[in-house]
This record gives sequence, C-alpha cells and structure tokens, in this order.
Amino acid sequence: MSDASGASEEVELVQLLTPEGERLEHPEYSFSGDDDQIKGFYRDMVLTRRIDAEATALQRQGELGLWASCLGQEAAQVGSGRALGKQDFVFPTYREHGVALCLGVDPLHLLGLFRGIDLGGWDSQKYRFHLYTILIGAQTLHATGYAMAVERDGLVGTGDPDRDMAVIGYFGDGASSEGDVNEAFIFASSYNAPIVFFCQNNQWAISEPIERQSRIPLYRRASGFGFPGVRVDGNDVLAVYAATTAALERARTGNGPTLIEAYTYRMGAHTTSDDPTKYRLADELEHWRLKDPIGRVRAYLTRSGSGEEAFFADVETEASDLAAALRAGCLALPDPRILDLFDYVYAEQTPYLIEQKERYAEYVASFEDVSQDAGLRQAQRDGQPQPAFPGGVH
Amino acid sequence: MTTMTMAKALNAALRRALEADPKVVIAGQDVGKLGGVFRVTEGLQKDFGEHRVVDSPLAESGIVGTALGMALRGYRPVCEIQFDGFVFPAFDQIVTQVAKMHFRSSGRLPVPLVIRIPYGGGIGAVEHHSESPEAYFCHTTGLKVVTCSNPADAYWMIQQAIASDDPIIFLEPKRRYHERAEVDERETPPPLHSARIVRPGTDVTLVAYGPMVKTCLDAAEAAIQDGHDLEVIDLRTLSPLDMAVVDESVQKTGRVVTVHEAQLNLGLGAELAARITEQCFYSLEAPVLRVAGFDTPYPPSRVEEEYLPDLDRVLDMVDRSLAY
Repeated sequence: MSDASGASEEVELVQLLTPEGERLEHPEYSFSGDDDQIKGFYRDMVLTRRIDAEATALQRQGELGLWASCLGQEAAQVGSGRALGKQDFVFPTYREHGVALCLGVDPLHLLGLFRGIDLGGWDSQKYRFHLYTILIGAQTLHATGYAMAVERDGLVGTGDPDRDMAVIGYFGDGASSEGDVNEAFIFASSYNAPIVFFCQNNQWAISEPIERQSRIPLYRRASGFGFPGVRVDGNDVLAVYAATTAALERARTGNGPTLIEAYTYRMGAHTTSDDPTKYRLADELEHWRLKDPIGRVRAYLTRSGSGEEAFFADVETEASDLAAALRAGCLALPDPRILDLFDYVYAEQTPYLIEQKERYAEYVASFEDVSQDAGLRQAQRDGQPQPAFPGGVH
Repeated sequence: MTTMTMAKALNAALRRALEADPKVVIAGQDVGKLGGVFRVTEGLQKDFGEHRVVDSPLAESGIVGTALGMALRGYRPVCEIQFDGFVFPAFDQIVTQVAKMHFRSSGRLPVPLVIRIPYGGGIGAVEHHSESPEAYFCHTTGLKVVTCSNPADAYWMIQQAIASDDPIIFLEPKRRYHERAEVDERETPPPLHSARIVRPGTDVTLVAYGPMVKTCLDAAEAAIQDGHDLEVIDLRTLSPLDMAVVDESVQKTGRVVTVHEAQLNLGLGAELAARITEQCFYSLEAPVLRVAGFDTPYPPSRVEEEYLPDLDRVLDMVDRSLAY
C-alpha cells in the first residue's frame, strides 16, 4: 500500500489481452472461449461505439437534449454484459449503452430518454435490464434489495443452472463516494446477497479526478466491507468477461458479493454538456488512445487469422445500418401527451389527479371553440408552426 | 371484539399480513429480536423467521433503497423508520426513487412499499424524536400518506396500506401507542383513503389527524359547557386528501379550524385552507383558521406541552372563528 493514489497503474490489474493484441495468461483468471466468441465481442463493441457516435451527432444537431457517451468503455460494458447468464438481472447507471445492447434493448429506447420522450421506455422485466438511474449510486441499493429478494425466492445455490441467478449493479468512480453505494456494500455483505458490484473507474467524475474520490485503489475498498475485490483492465474485454463470469458464478452459488473495478477511461466528455478541455490534458487522452478496447481485439483477430477483412467489413456495414435506422427511428419518435402522464403517477389513481387532468383537458379543449387568436396562442404554446395567414385557413 | 392498544393492534395486523401473503417482509432497525423500540413488531421474527422480519443495518437510506429493490421483484416490504427525525437519510431514496418509479416506468413498475414512521411529540424525548414531517411527504407526488388516530384504524389501515400497489408513508402517532380501544377484527373497514367524521356537530368543524384527533375530541367535549357543538373530522388520509367529507362539513357549519402538531408554515392546514376556500367560499362565515406547532424547531421536552396544540389552544381558535 505504498502508493496512496487510486489512479495508480502500479497496482496489479488482471489483463488477458494487451493493448497490442497479445494474449496473456493469468494465474486466477482465464478466457476459455473461442475466436468466434471474441469476434462476437468485437461486433458488440463496434456497434456500441457506433450507437454512441450517432447519438452524439443527434445531440449536436439538436435532436437529443443530452447524451452521456460511453466512448472508451466498450470493453468494460460488453465484457460484463456478455458474461451475464440468462437469468441474471442488471441495474445500470445512465451510461450502460453497451450492456443494454448485450441484453437486446433497442438502442432507440435509450435515445427516448435523452430526447425527452420518456424517462425510461423499455420493459425492464422483459430485458432483465432495469431503467437507467440518473442519480448517482441510488441503483446500487435497488440492486442489492433485488438480490436479497432473489435469495428469498430460493434461486441461489441450488446447483441448477436454469434456476440460479445473480444481480449486477453498475456504478462509477464518482459514485463510490456516495453513501448509498457504501450502504449497498454493507447490506450486500451482511445478508450475503447474490450480487456483483461493477465499478467502471473511468478516472473522471465530470471534472474531478479519481484522486478526489479515493486515496486507495477502489477495488481494495471491498475488503473493508468483507468481500473480495478485483481490478481488471477495463479496456480488455477478455479480462472483464473472465472476472465478471467468475464473480457472477460466485454470487449464484451463494458465496456473496464481489466488487469488480474495471479500470478504464472516459474518452469523451461527461455528457454532451461538458467540456473536458477545461480540466484535463490532451496527453492523457493520447495515452489512453493507445489502449483502445476495440483496436486490441482487432489486432488479435487479425494476427490469429480468425478475422478476415470480410468480417470486419461486415461489422462496419452492420454498424452503419444500425446507425441509419437509429437516426430514422429517433426522428420518428412521437412526443408524449401530457394528459397521459397523469395516469402514471400512481398504480391506483387518485380523485385529485383525475380532477387536475380533467380540468387541463377542458382548458385545452376550450381553445378549439374560440377565436382564431386564441387558437394561435395555443399553437404557439404547443410549438406548432403558425399559419402563414392567421385569418385564413380553417 | 377485543380491547387493545394501538401498538398491539399494529402488531396483530402485521401478523395477519405476514400470514396472508408470503411476499410481505418487515425490515428495520431492531424490529427482530427486540420487536422494535415501541414493540410494534414484538414476537414476529420468532414466529416468521429472520427472512420475513429482518433486522437491518443502521442505515435508513439502505433500508428504503433495498426495500425498493425487493418491491421491484414482487415483494411487499414494510420498513420501519425508528423515529420521525431519522427518516431524512432515506429522504433521497423516498423522493427521487420510491415516489417516481411508477411514473418513470410509464406505469410498468408499481412499488408496493410501506414505510412506517412513529411520529409526533408529547413523550418527553430528546431532539429528533418528536417531529411531524408529514408535509414533506404529502408534497411529494407519487407517495400516499396516511395516519391512524386509534387502535381500530391502526389495525385496518396498516393492512390496507400493505395491500396497496402504491408506496405509502404510514405515520403512527407515538404518544397514542398505548391508548386502548376496541378493535373488531371481523368488521369491514372503510376505504384507506377516506376521512371520517368522528364526532358530529353543527357550529364549527375541527379538522385533525393522528395524535390531534383525541385532543380535538376532548376540546369538543369541553366546548359543550360553552354551548358550542363542534364537529370533528379525522382525516386519516393526508395524501390524497378526502375533501368531500371536509367540504360537506364546512358547508354545514360555515366555520373550520385545522389542527396539527407540525409547524404552521406550509403545513397541511395551509393546503386545507386553500382547498376549503376554493370549494366552500360562499359557505364560509369566517376564514379558515389554523392551530399548529410554532415555527421553531421542536423544543426541549420540558416545554413541549406549550409547543404542542392542546385543548385550550383549540378552543381559543374556535372562539376566534365564532367571533367573525
């Protein structure tokens, strides 16, 4: 513990694929899949990056209010997302676009949230992927409670691979300072809950570097809570897959929580509203660009001979098609109707809200019968184009 | 028909809920072996096990946040927050997560979660043990807020709250925990979100809830000597409010005094005054008047009897109302 810095790279981290695309052995973790599986990871990562780029472009063109980019974190997300068993359940932050892809969530749903169409438009039970949580760290407690429920359902340690399940809760280096994350660690440890805490340490919480959050490497925090922690190269999809697979299995078999610190880097801004040039050096970005998660897999597949040019070209085509469909779908998303929203507040609607809804509906309807002027005012309120000749068409 | 205290009535009702539905789980600090600091959960862990009646780590946000996670998997958790003043570490989870989950998911994710909070003063406690935080929760849409004033309501309302698919803040007036009354375990209770006239009268309407209902009933008895016939309404449900009962009463009496322990400024009385004015303007003979705790923090206990509304302050406000 000579180095007090949480950002230090002198700490041992699990790596199975070097930035140059060389496979490595590790005494504890190994990747036993074949090259076809690695090609699958490659495809997922390229698609994730393409979705991310398209969403960023859509935001720049005014079609999204905001986007939180996952650029540079594709290996951490795809490696962990692909390690999930078919029963496992995910609690994401708002940046897990690659995990969403792995679980089959239509990326258009992710855009809906950032376009202001809804607050989470997918069926979380169907995809086993809970809604994005915007507030930092709050979802780690929900994940822990869900895992406590899984244990009560008798779905831990039965030995039946069709029954046993685990929960994975995502969070970031900034969230590790939140009380909720620390309380989640305590509850999970105290009840031996079947959960994996997956921390993507991307080095930055908006403008604050990891040193502001932690004076020790984050994975070491786990020992203080009484469960194992491991730091993996978060840009190495094979290491992330291996470590997550092991941690999920540990949870499913009733051996309790694990903290995985995926040591990665946020290549983009915190969100499209952020300007990282104000607080970090370009050198740092260059340093991490050499560790790109996708480049190293491509280098490996090329060297091993499994990745023919046609494969890479096909993935590029698929990514372009996906981006085009995403763009078209985004522009076609229907705006929500505020009158519908009144019905979502409660499972059992209250008379008071019904009354508010009805009054507003009457107010809106009142504009349909009165003068053109009033109609024009309403059109302005709705942001609709105004008729060129207000006295004319009707 | 059995005579029991409010604490025992809650205990019996929680037992019945645990028996009726295997998805009901009780969680909180000291709720297991100890049976809660007010003994509301006494004996339940012994009979239903540590998986159903769970001693939680000492972390309120964790209690509520993990309960929400359990609710997302179909459980019906009943959390106990040990004292009113301890709820604030959980306030973030309650306001940003519990209250909004159904809305955020466009109605796909109900949160059948009950958060029990012993509240209010009058027990000679130290700081943070005597507060009335109900207005914070009533202001938070997505939550429902109810409070019982007597053992029979406690018995039925907690079971109805557990059966509800919406998150409910269940406020228990701690200074009434040990008052006894008859509970008929076979009756059909009124709906959870309904107010009730507990004493009919013709001159002035007193609107109260929780610990102040008894204070108002005592005041109404005393007012007979002055020749005044007071009607007392027990709101029972603070969000949503059951204004039909209040409006009908005010249209009859033309005068209304609201009574609560919580501070005056933006308390429930303010919302009641606004709603009554909107609905009953032409029936009112006097402005809506409010009796409440002062806008100081809750005081040291040696002066809490002066801080808390009592029979005399209620009657003084009744006299002011009648003077218009």
